[in-house]
Amino acid sequence: MSNTPADLKYAKSHEWVKTLPDGTLLIGITDHAQAALGDLVFVETPKVGRVLAADEACCVVESVKAASDVYAPVAGTVVDANAKLGENPELVNDAPYEAGWLWKLKPANPADVDGLLDAAGYLASLS
Amino acid sequence: MLKHTALHAEHLRLGARMVDFAGWDMPIQYASQLDEHHAVRTVAGMFDVAHMSAVDVLGSQARDFLRHLLANDVARLQSPGKALYSCMLNRDGGVIDDLIVYHLDESWFRLVVNAGTTDKDLAWLQAEAAGFEVEIRHRRDLGILAVQGPAARQRVQALLPPELAERASALTPFSAAWHGELFVGRTGYTGEDGYELILPHDELLPLWQALLAAGVTPCGLGARDTLRLEAGMNLYGQDMDETVSPLECGLAWTVSLADSRRAFVGREALEARQAALGRKAIGLVLEGRGVLRGHMPVRAAGQQVGELTSGGYAPTLKGSIALARVAADAEPPFEVEIRGQWHAVREVKPPFVRHGKVLVASVAPVPRS
Repeated sequence: MSNTPADLKYAKSHEWVKTLPDGTLLIGITDHAQAALGDLVFVETPKVGRVLAADEACCVVESVKAASDVYAPVAGTVVDANAKLGENPELVNDAPYEAGWLWKLKPANPADVDGLLDAAGYLASLS
Repeated sequence: MLKHTALHAEHLRLGARMVDFAGWDMPIQYASQLDEHHAVRTVAGMFDVAHMSAVDVLGSQARDFLRHLLANDVARLQSPGKALYSCMLNRDGGVIDDLIVYHLDESWFRLVVNAGTTDKDLAWLQAEAAGFEVEIRHRRDLGILAVQGPAARQRVQALLPPELAERASALTPFSAAWHGELFVGRTGYTGEDGYELILPHDELLPLWQALLAAGVTPCGLGARDTLRLEAGMNLYGQDMDETVSPLECGLAWTVSLADSRRAFVGREALEARQAALGRKAIGLVLEGRGVLRGHMPVRAAGQQVGELTSGGYAPTLKGSIALARVAADAEPPFEVEIRGQWHAVREVKPPFVRHGKVLVASVAPVPRS
């Protein structure tokens, strides 16, 4: 059974979003997604400063098997990216909601997050 | 409806993720593809390859027939048990399939052919057999299990009947021993030592479970692919097919032209092509981070010169490697296009890894800006 924390928001394309106290968003891929991809061997995060449209493909996660795009759940500007993934892409497998986060986004419109799925909605989208 | 091997229920019991491979429902991985890969490089792993086919060639002209059929020369197989790797070519010199041929006795040779090509191979064998005193017998009653890794032979030997164990332990690479329908070849597709066992379907599960109990790791087709790529071995349908000659996919060493009287199928076309060889196969190592994948374009001096035929992450090298087919006159340095960006690659001579050892200079990650 994959883990889907109740305090996060989700996109159908398997990203999770956590709103941090300063209003920025921490973004990663779900436990379900990392399990489906298998062992990750390379992660290409978006460059800091890049302006993203909602649903824009901006990050690539590669498993032994294939490369997959990760999409921006909402529009905004990249303010940080997880540098540890360069050496340790497996952090996404081991801790998808913690050490395996992908990038931090300053949302163009913070209210956009409300339009994302909650945990129950995301789980329903998988079936 | 996908076909099942005799181990299908066992794969599901072990929690394997299954995929359609050439019409067969096969395990791609059990838990971690990387762990499975490393198990084979360091200890022992086993692969259900019962989707592949054993085909016996029987009869007084079996050897003559195979000297006609195959690009490599079975005249090299002079004592029972010896094996040879060969391509089977069409008349244009393209590869119909690659296979291993074992010499059992003067009227009995055994071919092991790929799963996806079995039907066309059998049709080709039947058609080419016209005029030879041979019988082609598809051994549907037999399955194949590969056990590979530095400890593989020892783990298998402990489970073999005494009549076979001693002979199996004495096998040199590329040779086989058998007792009744249990056949053990010291061959493989991983770059490690080990055996490929051919045996009746109902004996596969007991052997598999005994190997499992002996600590042999079940491995899926995913690990099989990363292992064979590191070993620099071609995958049929990817690195070669009917439009590619063995001279263009790194298999010139398997083509035997020594006996000028031997008019094997495809020879004429090969000799004509050899004079004006258009393409060559090369090995590549990605200098920076990222993953090379099949079909990515390759360029040299700003011109596209070919593409990757197989590429992937190489767990033993902790970097990415590929096989590529490029213009015969293309010279390094080469670059490969990954998602719109050109990346520097280094040409190397495969294999990349053999018997657990990395044979190419270490992959040095380029510091990130």
